Amino acid sequence: MIRFDRVSKRYPPGIDALADVSFEAGAGEFLIVGGHSGAGKSTLLKLIAAIERPTGGAVLVNGQNVGALARGAIPFLRRNIGLVFQDQKLLFDRNLFDNVMLPLAIAGFAPREAARRVRAALDKVGLLSREKAMPISLSGGEQQRLAIARAVVGRPGMLLADEPTAHLDSDTARDVAAIFHEFHQVGVTVIVATYDQRLFPGGRQVRLDHGRLAA
Amino acid sequence: MIVWLRQHRNALALALRRLAGAPVNTLLSLLAIGVALALPAGGQMLYSNARSALPGLSASPQISLFMAVDAKSKDTQDIAERLHRFDGIASAKPVSREVTLARMKAGAGLAEVLEALPQNPFPDAFVVNPRDERPEAMEKLAAELRKLPRVEHVQLDSAWVQRLDALLRLGRTAVLLLALLLGVGLVAITFNSIRLQVLTSRAEIEVSRLLGATDAFIRRPYYWFGALQGLLGGLVAWAMVFGATVWLRGPIFDLASLYRLDFALAPLAASDAGLMLVLAAALGWTGAALSLHETTADN
Repeated sequence: MIRFDRVSKRYPPGIDALADVSFEAGAGEFLIVGGHSGAGKSTLLKLIAAIERPTGGAVLVNGQNVGALARGAIPFLRRNIGLVFQDQKLLFDRNLFDNVMLPLAIAGFAPREAARRVRAALDKVGLLSREKAMPISLSGGEQQRLAIARAVVGRPGMLLADEPTAHLDSDTARDVAAIFHEFHQVGVTVIVATYDQRLFPGGRQVRLDHGRLAA
Repeated sequence: MIVWLRQHRNALALALRRLAGAPVNTLLSLLAIGVALALPAGGQMLYSNARSALPGLSASPQISLFMAVDAKSKDTQDIAERLHRFDGIASAKPVSREVTLARMKAGAGLAEVLEALPQNPFPDAFVVNPRDERPEAMEKLAAELRKLPRVEHVQLDSAWVQRLDALLRLGRTAVLLLALLLGVGLVAITFNSIRLQVLTSRAEIEVSRLLGATDAFIRRPYYWFGALQGLLGGLVAWAMVFGATVWLRGPIFDLASLYRLDFALAPLAASDAGLMLVLAAALGWTGAALSLHETTADN
Protein backbone atom coordinates (compact mmCIF):
# COMPACT_ATOMS: atom_id res chain seq x y z
CA MET A 1 0.00 0.00 0.00
CA ILE A 2 2.84 2.36 0.88
CA ARG A 3 6.33 2.01 -0.49
CA PHE A 4 9.31 4.28 0.11
CA ASP A 5 12.02 3.72 -2.46
CA ARG A 6 15.34 5.35 -1.51
CA VAL A 7 13.54 8.48 -0.46
CA SER A 8 15.42 11.57 0.65
CA LYS A 9 14.19 15.00 1.61
CA ARG A 10 16.56 17.88 1.87
CA TYR A 11 15.47 21.28 3.16
CA PRO A 12 17.50 24.30 2.19
CA PRO A 13 20.27 25.04 3.02
CA GLY A 14 21.32 21.41 2.83
CA ILE A 15 19.64 19.89 5.87
CA ASP A 16 18.79 16.26 5.27
CA ALA A 17 15.50 15.44 6.99
CA LEU A 18 15.39 12.01 5.35
CA ALA A 19 18.17 10.19 3.54
CA ASP A 20 17.89 7.01 1.51
CA VAL A 21 14.81 5.67 3.30
CA SER A 22 13.24 2.50 1.91
CA PHE A 23 10.43 0.49 3.49
CA GLU A 24 7.03 -0.94 2.72
CA ALA A 25 3.77 -1.06 4.60
CA GLY A 26 0.98 -3.34 3.46
CA ALA A 27 -2.76 -2.68 3.56
CA GLY A 28 -4.20 -3.09 7.04
CA GLU A 29 -0.81 -2.87 8.71
CA PHE A 30 -0.10 -1.01 11.96
CA LEU A 31 3.25 0.72 11.53
CA ILE A 32 5.00 2.58 14.32
CA VAL A 33 7.64 5.08 13.20
CA GLY A 34 9.93 5.69 16.14
CA GLY A 35 12.93 7.88 16.71
CA HIS A 36 14.20 10.88 18.56
CA SER A 37 12.86 14.37 18.04
CA GLY A 38 14.10 15.67 14.69
CA ALA A 39 14.76 12.19 13.31
CA GLY A 40 12.47 12.87 10.34
CA LYS A 41 9.23 11.20 11.50
CA SER A 42 7.01 14.17 10.65
CA THR A 43 8.68 14.58 7.27
CA LEU A 44 8.02 10.93 6.49
CA LEU A 45 4.29 11.33 7.19
CA LYS A 46 4.15 14.59 5.21
CA LEU A 47 5.63 12.84 2.19
CA ILE A 48 2.86 10.21 2.25
CA ALA A 49 0.13 12.88 2.26
CA ALA A 50 1.97 14.96 -0.37
CA ILE A 51 2.28 17.87 2.05
CA GLU A 52 5.97 17.78 1.11
CA ARG A 53 7.58 16.36 -2.00
CA PRO A 54 10.71 14.20 -1.83
CA THR A 55 13.93 15.61 -3.24
CA GLY A 56 15.09 12.11 -4.17
CA GLY A 57 13.55 8.66 -4.63
CA ALA A 58 9.87 7.79 -4.92
CA VAL A 59 6.97 7.60 -2.47
CA LEU A 60 4.29 5.21 -3.73
CA VAL A 61 0.80 5.11 -2.24
CA ASN A 62 -1.50 2.48 -3.77
CA GLY A 63 0.91 2.33 -6.69
CA GLN A 64 0.79 6.10 -7.30
CA ASN A 65 3.97 8.13 -7.16
CA VAL A 66 2.67 10.87 -4.86
CA GLY A 67 5.82 12.96 -5.24
CA ALA A 68 4.97 13.41 -8.90
CA LEU A 69 1.23 14.02 -8.49
CA ALA A 70 -0.25 17.00 -10.28
CA ARG A 71 -1.43 19.74 -7.96
CA GLY A 72 -5.02 19.07 -8.92
CA ALA A 73 -4.80 15.38 -7.98
CA ILE A 74 -3.47 15.89 -4.46
CA PRO A 75 -6.85 16.66 -2.83
CA PHE A 76 -8.21 13.30 -3.96
CA LEU A 77 -5.19 11.50 -2.49
CA ARG A 78 -5.74 13.26 0.82
CA ARG A 79 -9.41 12.35 0.98
CA ASN A 80 -8.37 8.73 1.39
CA ILE A 81 -5.94 9.59 4.20
CA GLY A 82 -7.00 10.52 7.71
CA LEU A 83 -4.47 12.96 9.15
CA VAL A 84 -3.92 13.59 12.85
CA PHE A 85 -1.42 16.32 13.59
CA GLN A 86 0.67 16.94 16.64
CA ASP A 87 -0.85 20.41 16.92
CA GLN A 88 -4.30 19.05 15.92
CA LYS A 89 -5.09 21.98 13.61
CA LEU A 90 -8.63 22.29 14.90
CA LEU A 91 -10.73 25.27 13.87
CA PHE A 92 -11.61 27.24 16.97
CA ASP A 93 -14.29 29.36 15.33
CA ARG A 94 -16.78 26.48 15.11
CA ASN A 95 -18.15 23.77 17.35
CA LEU A 96 -17.12 20.11 17.53
CA PHE A 97 -19.81 19.00 15.11
CA ASP A 98 -18.73 21.49 12.43
CA ASN A 99 -15.06 20.64 12.89
CA VAL A 100 -15.77 17.00 12.16
CA MET A 101 -18.19 17.96 9.37
CA LEU A 102 -15.50 19.79 7.38
CA PRO A 103 -13.99 16.77 5.54
CA LEU A 104 -17.48 15.60 4.55
CA ALA A 105 -18.44 19.07 3.32
CA ILE A 106 -15.27 19.06 1.25
CA ALA A 107 -16.11 15.67 -0.22
CA GLY A 108 -19.67 16.85 -0.94
CA PHE A 109 -21.68 14.45 1.23
CA ALA A 110 -25.46 14.80 1.47
CA PRO A 111 -26.26 16.69 4.70
CA ARG A 112 -28.26 13.93 6.37
CA GLU A 113 -25.75 11.17 5.67
CA ALA A 114 -22.94 13.53 6.71
CA ALA A 115 -24.61 14.39 10.02
CA ARG A 116 -25.09 10.70 10.73
CA ARG A 117 -21.41 10.01 10.09
CA VAL A 118 -20.25 12.98 12.14
CA ARG A 119 -22.24 11.76 15.14
CA ALA A 120 -20.90 8.22 14.68
CA ALA A 121 -17.32 9.53 14.61
CA LEU A 122 -17.87 11.73 17.67
CA ASP A 123 -19.46 8.77 19.44
CA LYS A 124 -16.45 6.63 18.59
CA VAL A 125 -14.09 9.00 20.41
CA GLY A 126 -16.53 9.63 23.28
CA LEU A 127 -17.41 13.24 22.46
CA LEU A 128 -20.94 12.85 21.12
CA SER A 129 -22.56 14.54 24.12
CA ARG A 130 -20.48 17.66 23.47
CA GLU A 131 -21.08 18.16 19.76
CA LYS A 132 -22.27 21.75 20.31
CA ALA A 133 -19.25 22.70 22.45
CA MET A 134 -16.40 24.78 21.10
CA PRO A 135 -12.95 23.15 20.82
CA ILE A 136 -11.42 25.70 23.20
CA SER A 137 -13.46 24.22 26.04
CA LEU A 138 -11.90 20.77 25.56
CA SER A 139 -8.94 19.34 27.46
CA GLY A 140 -5.77 18.37 25.58
CA GLY A 141 -6.80 14.73 25.37
CA GLU A 142 -10.29 15.65 24.20
CA GLN A 143 -8.88 17.92 21.51
CA GLN A 144 -6.69 15.07 20.30
CA ARG A 145 -9.73 12.77 20.22
CA LEU A 146 -11.65 15.42 18.27
CA ALA A 147 -8.81 15.53 15.76
CA ILE A 148 -9.03 11.74 15.42
CA ALA A 149 -12.78 11.94 14.87
CA ARG A 150 -12.20 14.45 12.08
CA ALA A 151 -9.52 12.21 10.55
CA VAL A 152 -11.71 9.10 10.44
CA VAL A 153 -15.14 10.59 9.64
CA GLY A 154 -14.57 10.18 5.92
CA ARG A 155 -13.69 6.49 6.51
CA PRO A 156 -10.27 6.70 4.90
CA GLY A 157 -8.30 3.58 4.11
CA MET A 158 -5.29 4.98 5.90
CA LEU A 159 -4.77 6.87 9.14
CA LEU A 160 -1.59 8.89 9.67
CA ALA A 161 -0.86 10.34 13.08
CA ASP A 162 2.06 12.55 14.07
CA GLU A 163 2.85 12.31 17.80
CA PRO A 164 -0.83 11.93 18.72
CA THR A 165 0.01 11.37 22.39
CA ALA A 166 2.50 14.17 22.88
CA HIS A 167 1.59 16.57 25.68
CA LEU A 168 -0.89 14.07 27.14
CA ASP A 169 -0.63 12.50 30.58
CA SER A 170 -0.01 8.75 30.53
CA ASP A 171 -3.62 7.67 31.20
CA THR A 172 -5.03 9.95 28.50
CA ALA A 173 -2.24 8.89 26.13
CA ARG A 174 -3.21 5.22 26.64
CA ASP A 175 -6.87 6.07 25.88
CA VAL A 176 -5.92 7.84 22.67
CA ALA A 177 -3.55 5.04 21.64
CA ALA A 178 -6.33 2.54 22.18
CA ILE A 179 -8.51 4.36 19.65
CA PHE A 180 -5.85 3.81 16.97
CA HIS A 181 -5.80 0.12 17.78
CA GLU A 182 -9.57 -0.02 17.33
CA PHE A 183 -9.31 1.46 13.86
CA HIS A 184 -6.53 -0.94 13.00
CA GLN A 185 -8.75 -3.81 14.05
CA VAL A 186 -11.47 -2.79 11.59
CA GLY A 187 -8.98 -2.89 8.72
CA VAL A 188 -7.62 0.64 8.50
CA THR A 189 -3.91 1.00 7.70
CA VAL A 190 -2.48 2.98 10.61
CA ILE A 191 0.88 4.75 10.66
CA VAL A 192 1.80 6.49 13.88
CA ALA A 193 4.92 8.56 14.40
CA THR A 194 5.79 8.57 18.08
CA TYR A 195 8.69 8.91 20.46
CA ASP A 196 6.94 6.54 22.87
CA GLN A 197 6.54 3.19 21.12
CA ARG A 198 5.46 1.43 24.32
CA LEU A 199 2.01 3.01 23.94
CA PHE A 200 1.43 1.08 20.72
CA PRO A 201 2.18 -2.57 21.38
CA GLY A 202 1.60 -4.98 18.56
CA GLY A 203 2.52 -2.66 15.72
CA ARG A 204 5.48 -3.22 13.42
CA GLN A 205 8.22 -0.79 14.30
CA VAL A 206 10.66 1.13 12.15
CA ARG A 207 13.14 3.53 13.72
CA LEU A 208 14.55 6.68 12.22
CA ASP A 209 17.89 8.04 13.32
CA HIS A 210 18.96 11.38 11.90
CA GLY A 211 16.87 10.82 8.79
CA ARG A 212 18.11 7.30 8.16
CA LEU A 213 16.32 4.06 8.78
CA ALA A 214 17.90 2.22 11.74
CA ALA A 215 17.84 -1.54 11.65
CA MET B 1 -23.98 17.44 -10.48
CA ILE B 2 -25.93 17.23 -7.21
CA VAL B 3 -22.66 17.42 -5.29
CA TRP B 4 -21.65 20.44 -7.32
CA LEU B 5 -24.93 22.24 -6.67
CA ARG B 6 -24.80 21.33 -2.99
CA GLN B 7 -21.29 22.73 -2.68
CA HIS B 8 -22.37 25.93 -4.39
CA ARG B 9 -25.29 26.23 -2.00
CA ASN B 10 -22.97 25.69 0.95
CA ALA B 11 -20.51 28.25 -0.42
CA LEU B 12 -23.34 30.77 -0.92
CA ALA B 13 -24.54 30.20 2.63
CA LEU B 14 -21.00 30.65 3.92
CA ALA B 15 -20.59 33.89 1.93
CA LEU B 16 -23.86 35.23 3.36
CA ARG B 17 -22.73 34.29 6.88
CA ARG B 18 -19.47 36.13 6.34
CA LEU B 19 -21.28 39.22 5.07
CA ALA B 20 -23.62 39.14 8.07
CA GLY B 21 -20.78 38.25 10.44
CA ALA B 22 -18.97 41.57 9.96
CA PRO B 23 -21.86 44.04 9.63
CA VAL B 24 -19.76 47.21 9.95
CA ASN B 25 -17.27 46.11 7.30
CA THR B 26 -20.08 44.94 5.06
CA LEU B 27 -21.98 48.19 5.46
CA LEU B 28 -18.92 50.30 4.65
CA SER B 29 -18.07 48.21 1.58
CA LEU B 30 -21.65 48.36 0.36
CA LEU B 31 -21.75 52.13 0.83
CA ALA B 32 -18.47 52.55 -1.07
CA ILE B 33 -19.71 50.36 -3.91
CA GLY B 34 -23.12 52.02 -3.79
CA VAL B 35 -21.68 55.52 -4.17
CA ALA B 36 -19.32 54.36 -6.92
CA LEU B 37 -22.21 52.87 -8.90
CA ALA B 38 -24.74 55.59 -8.07
CA LEU B 39 -22.72 58.21 -9.96
CA PRO B 40 -22.88 56.58 -13.41
CA ALA B 41 -26.37 55.22 -12.69
CA GLY B 42 -27.57 58.70 -11.74
CA GLY B 43 -25.89 60.07 -14.86
CA GLN B 44 -27.69 57.47 -16.95
CA MET B 45 -30.97 58.39 -15.27
CA LEU B 46 -30.48 62.10 -16.09
CA TYR B 47 -29.36 61.26 -19.60
CA SER B 48 -32.39 59.14 -20.44
CA ASN B 49 -34.64 61.82 -18.97
CA ALA B 50 -33.02 64.45 -21.15
CA ARG B 51 -33.37 62.11 -24.14
CA SER B 52 -37.04 61.54 -23.51
CA ALA B 53 -37.63 65.27 -22.96
CA LEU B 54 -35.94 66.16 -26.25
CA PRO B 55 -38.74 65.13 -28.66
CA GLY B 56 -41.09 67.28 -26.56
CA LEU B 57 -38.77 70.26 -26.87
CA SER B 58 -38.13 69.81 -30.54
CA ALA B 59 -41.75 69.17 -31.48
CA SER B 60 -41.64 72.45 -33.36
CA PRO B 61 -38.54 72.24 -35.51
CA GLN B 62 -39.57 74.07 -38.62
CA ILE B 63 -38.18 75.10 -41.91
CA SER B 64 -38.81 78.66 -43.03
CA LEU B 65 -39.00 79.11 -46.78
CA PHE B 66 -38.76 82.62 -48.27
CA MET B 67 -39.69 83.45 -51.84
CA ALA B 68 -37.78 86.01 -53.84
CA VAL B 69 -39.01 89.55 -53.14
CA ASP B 70 -39.95 90.03 -56.78
CA ALA B 71 -41.75 86.71 -57.08
CA LYS B 72 -45.26 87.02 -58.48
CA SER B 73 -48.21 85.69 -56.55
CA LYS B 74 -48.56 83.15 -59.37
CA ASP B 75 -45.10 81.79 -58.41
CA THR B 76 -46.07 81.61 -54.75
CA GLN B 77 -49.26 79.77 -55.69
CA ASP B 78 -47.16 77.36 -57.67
CA ILE B 79 -44.82 76.65 -54.78
CA ALA B 80 -47.75 76.22 -52.39
CA GLU B 81 -49.10 73.46 -54.62
CA ARG B 82 -45.73 71.77 -54.94
CA LEU B 83 -45.18 71.88 -51.19
CA HIS B 84 -48.55 70.29 -50.75
CA ARG B 85 -47.47 67.30 -52.83
CA PHE B 86 -44.04 67.01 -51.14
CA ASP B 87 -43.51 63.67 -49.41
CA GLY B 88 -41.43 64.80 -46.47
CA ILE B 89 -43.72 67.64 -45.49
CA ALA B 90 -46.43 67.32 -42.87
CA SER B 91 -47.85 70.77 -43.40
CA ALA B 92 -46.86 74.07 -44.97
CA LYS B 93 -48.45 77.28 -43.80
CA PRO B 94 -48.28 80.18 -46.24
CA VAL B 95 -47.46 83.61 -44.81
CA SER B 96 -48.18 86.25 -47.44
CA ARG B 97 -46.05 89.37 -47.70
CA GLU B 98 -49.05 91.57 -46.88
CA VAL B 99 -49.68 89.74 -43.64
CA THR B 100 -46.03 90.04 -42.67
CA LEU B 101 -46.06 93.74 -43.48
CA ALA B 102 -49.19 94.29 -41.39
CA ARG B 103 -47.71 92.40 -38.47
CA MET B 104 -44.45 94.30 -38.64
CA LYS B 105 -46.27 97.63 -38.80
CA ALA B 106 -48.20 96.64 -35.69
CA GLY B 107 -44.90 96.05 -33.94
CA ALA B 108 -43.35 98.93 -32.05
CA GLY B 109 -40.96 101.33 -33.80
CA LEU B 110 -40.96 99.79 -37.24
CA ALA B 111 -44.15 101.39 -38.56
CA GLU B 112 -42.58 104.68 -39.63
CA VAL B 113 -39.60 103.04 -41.27
CA LEU B 114 -41.87 100.74 -43.23
CA GLU B 115 -44.12 103.66 -44.25
CA ALA B 116 -41.10 105.42 -45.68
CA LEU B 117 -40.19 102.53 -47.94
CA PRO B 118 -41.46 102.74 -51.52
CA GLN B 119 -42.70 99.17 -51.51
CA ASN B 120 -43.27 96.12 -49.30
CA PRO B 121 -39.80 94.78 -48.42
CA PHE B 122 -41.06 91.39 -47.27
CA PRO B 123 -41.28 88.30 -49.44
CA ASP B 124 -43.98 85.67 -49.39
CA ALA B 125 -43.03 82.87 -47.04
CA PHE B 126 -44.00 79.42 -45.87
CA VAL B 127 -43.59 77.78 -42.49
CA VAL B 128 -42.92 74.12 -43.24
CA ASN B 129 -43.42 71.34 -40.70
CA PRO B 130 -41.42 68.33 -41.80
CA ARG B 131 -42.69 64.81 -41.37
CA ASP B 132 -39.32 63.49 -40.14
CA GLU B 133 -37.83 65.71 -37.44
CA ARG B 134 -34.39 64.17 -37.21
CA PRO B 135 -31.65 66.71 -37.99
CA GLU B 136 -30.26 64.71 -40.95
CA ALA B 137 -33.68 64.33 -42.52
CA MET B 138 -34.41 68.00 -42.08
CA GLU B 139 -31.11 68.97 -43.69
CA LYS B 140 -31.98 66.81 -46.66
CA LEU B 141 -35.45 68.28 -46.98
CA ALA B 142 -34.05 71.83 -46.79
CA ALA B 143 -31.59 71.03 -49.58
CA GLU B 144 -34.45 69.85 -51.78
CA LEU B 145 -36.55 72.91 -51.00
CA ARG B 146 -33.63 75.19 -51.97
CA LYS B 147 -33.81 73.77 -55.51
CA LEU B 148 -37.40 74.96 -56.01
CA PRO B 149 -37.79 77.86 -58.50
CA ARG B 150 -38.09 81.42 -57.22
CA VAL B 151 -37.18 80.30 -53.69
CA GLU B 152 -34.65 82.76 -52.33
CA HIS B 153 -33.81 81.38 -48.92
CA VAL B 154 -34.49 78.27 -46.84
CA GLN B 155 -33.76 78.48 -43.15
CA LEU B 156 -33.46 75.46 -40.95
CA ASP B 157 -34.56 76.08 -37.38
CA SER B 158 -32.86 72.92 -36.16
CA ALA B 159 -29.35 74.13 -35.40
CA TRP B 160 -30.10 74.26 -31.71
CA VAL B 161 -31.52 70.76 -31.87
CA GLN B 162 -28.24 69.57 -33.30
CA ARG B 163 -26.31 71.36 -30.59
CA LEU B 164 -28.44 69.76 -27.91
CA ASP B 165 -28.02 66.42 -29.58
CA ALA B 166 -24.24 66.80 -29.57
CA LEU B 167 -24.35 67.87 -25.94
CA LEU B 168 -26.36 64.77 -25.03
CA ARG B 169 -23.92 62.54 -26.90
CA LEU B 170 -21.13 64.11 -24.87
CA GLY B 171 -23.14 63.44 -21.72
CA ARG B 172 -23.56 59.84 -22.80
CA THR B 173 -19.82 59.45 -23.28
CA ALA B 174 -19.17 61.04 -19.89
CA VAL B 175 -21.55 58.56 -18.23
CA LEU B 176 -19.78 55.65 -19.94
CA LEU B 177 -16.37 56.94 -18.92
CA LEU B 178 -17.54 57.41 -15.35
CA ALA B 179 -18.99 53.89 -15.33
CA LEU B 180 -15.71 52.49 -16.61
CA LEU B 181 -13.62 54.29 -13.98
CA LEU B 182 -15.90 53.46 -11.09
CA GLY B 183 -16.22 49.86 -12.34
CA VAL B 184 -12.47 49.59 -11.91
CA GLY B 185 -12.99 51.08 -8.45
CA LEU B 186 -15.53 48.38 -7.64
CA VAL B 187 -13.10 45.68 -8.71
CA ALA B 188 -10.47 47.24 -6.47
CA ILE B 189 -12.83 47.40 -3.48
CA THR B 190 -13.74 43.73 -3.92
CA PHE B 191 -10.11 42.77 -4.46
CA ASN B 192 -9.21 44.29 -1.13
CA SER B 193 -12.08 42.90 0.90
CA ILE B 194 -11.46 39.40 -0.47
CA ARG B 195 -7.76 39.71 0.27
CA LEU B 196 -8.49 40.63 3.88
CA GLN B 197 -10.92 37.72 4.16
CA VAL B 198 -8.41 35.24 2.81
CA LEU B 199 -5.79 36.53 5.22
CA THR B 200 -8.09 36.13 8.20
CA SER B 201 -9.13 32.63 7.08
CA ARG B 202 -5.58 31.33 6.66
CA ALA B 203 -6.08 28.59 9.27
CA GLU B 204 -9.32 27.39 7.74
CA ILE B 205 -7.83 27.34 4.24
CA GLU B 206 -4.75 25.43 5.42
CA VAL B 207 -6.81 22.82 7.28
CA SER B 208 -9.23 22.46 4.39
CA ARG B 209 -6.36 21.75 2.01
CA LEU B 210 -4.98 19.11 4.37
CA LEU B 211 -8.40 17.49 4.45
CA GLY B 212 -8.52 17.21 0.66
CA ALA B 213 -10.17 20.46 -0.43
CA THR B 214 -9.66 21.40 -4.07
CA ASP B 215 -8.80 24.96 -5.13
CA ALA B 216 -12.35 25.28 -6.42
CA PHE B 217 -13.78 24.33 -3.02
CA ILE B 218 -11.63 26.89 -1.24
CA ARG B 219 -12.31 29.69 -3.71
CA ARG B 220 -16.02 29.14 -4.21
CA PRO B 221 -17.26 31.05 -1.11
CA TYR B 222 -15.08 34.02 -2.02
CA TYR B 223 -16.49 34.17 -5.54
CA TRP B 224 -19.95 34.21 -4.07
CA PHE B 225 -18.87 36.80 -1.55
CA GLY B 226 -17.54 39.10 -4.27
CA ALA B 227 -20.59 38.68 -6.48
CA LEU B 228 -23.01 39.17 -3.58
CA GLN B 229 -21.16 42.23 -2.35
CA GLY B 230 -21.30 43.71 -5.86
CA LEU B 231 -25.00 42.88 -6.21
CA LEU B 232 -25.92 44.35 -2.82
CA GLY B 233 -23.78 47.41 -3.57
CA GLY B 234 -25.71 47.73 -6.83
CA LEU B 235 -28.98 47.64 -4.89
CA VAL B 236 -27.66 50.38 -2.60
CA ALA B 237 -26.77 52.43 -5.69
CA TRP B 238 -30.23 51.86 -7.13
CA ALA B 239 -31.82 52.98 -3.86
CA MET B 240 -29.64 56.11 -3.86
CA VAL B 241 -30.59 57.01 -7.43
CA PHE B 242 -34.25 56.30 -6.73
CA GLY B 243 -34.11 58.50 -3.64
CA ALA B 244 -32.47 61.28 -5.62
CA THR B 245 -35.12 60.96 -8.35
CA VAL B 246 -37.94 61.32 -5.85
CA TRP B 247 -36.21 64.24 -4.19
CA LEU B 248 -35.50 66.09 -7.45
CA ARG B 249 -38.85 65.40 -9.07
CA GLY B 250 -40.75 68.26 -7.37
CA PRO B 251 -38.21 71.03 -8.00
CA ILE B 252 -37.63 69.90 -11.60
CA PHE B 253 -41.35 69.77 -12.29
CA ASP B 254 -41.69 73.33 -10.94
CA LEU B 255 -38.79 74.50 -13.09
CA ALA B 256 -40.22 72.83 -16.17
CA SER B 257 -43.62 74.37 -15.66
CA LEU B 258 -42.01 77.82 -15.60
CA TYR B 259 -40.92 77.04 -19.17
CA ARG B 260 -44.41 75.72 -19.90
CA LEU B 261 -43.06 72.19 -20.25
CA ASP B 262 -44.90 69.17 -19.02
CA PHE B 263 -41.97 67.17 -17.74
CA ALA B 264 -41.66 64.82 -14.78
CA LEU B 265 -38.34 63.17 -13.85
CA ALA B 266 -38.57 59.42 -14.48
CA PRO B 267 -36.67 56.93 -12.28
CA LEU B 268 -33.89 54.73 -13.66
CA ALA B 269 -35.37 52.40 -16.27
CA ALA B 270 -35.83 48.79 -15.15
CA SER B 271 -33.56 47.55 -17.95
CA ASP B 272 -30.80 49.99 -16.93
CA ALA B 273 -31.19 49.04 -13.27
CA GLY B 274 -31.08 45.33 -14.15
CA LEU B 275 -27.98 45.83 -16.29
CA MET B 276 -26.32 47.71 -13.45
CA LEU B 277 -27.04 44.91 -10.96
CA VAL B 278 -25.73 42.23 -13.32
CA LEU B 279 -22.60 44.27 -14.07
CA ALA B 280 -22.04 44.98 -10.38
CA ALA B 281 -22.23 41.27 -9.54
CA ALA B 282 -19.93 40.41 -12.46
CA LEU B 283 -17.40 43.04 -11.43
CA GLY B 284 -17.49 41.78 -7.84
CA TRP B 285 -16.85 38.27 -9.13
CA THR B 286 -13.96 39.60 -11.23
CA GLY B 287 -12.45 41.38 -8.24
CA ALA B 288 -12.68 38.16 -6.25
CA ALA B 289 -11.09 36.17 -9.07
CA LEU B 290 -8.15 38.58 -9.33
CA SER B 291 -7.71 38.59 -5.57
CA LEU B 292 -7.85 34.80 -5.30
CA HIS B 293 -5.37 34.47 -8.13
CA GLU B 294 -3.09 36.64 -6.04
CA THR B 295 -3.68 35.23 -2.56
CA THR B 296 -4.45 31.52 -2.87
CA ALA B 297 -2.20 30.54 -5.74
CA ASP B 298 0.51 28.72 -3.87
CA ASN B 299 -0.36 26.94 -0.69
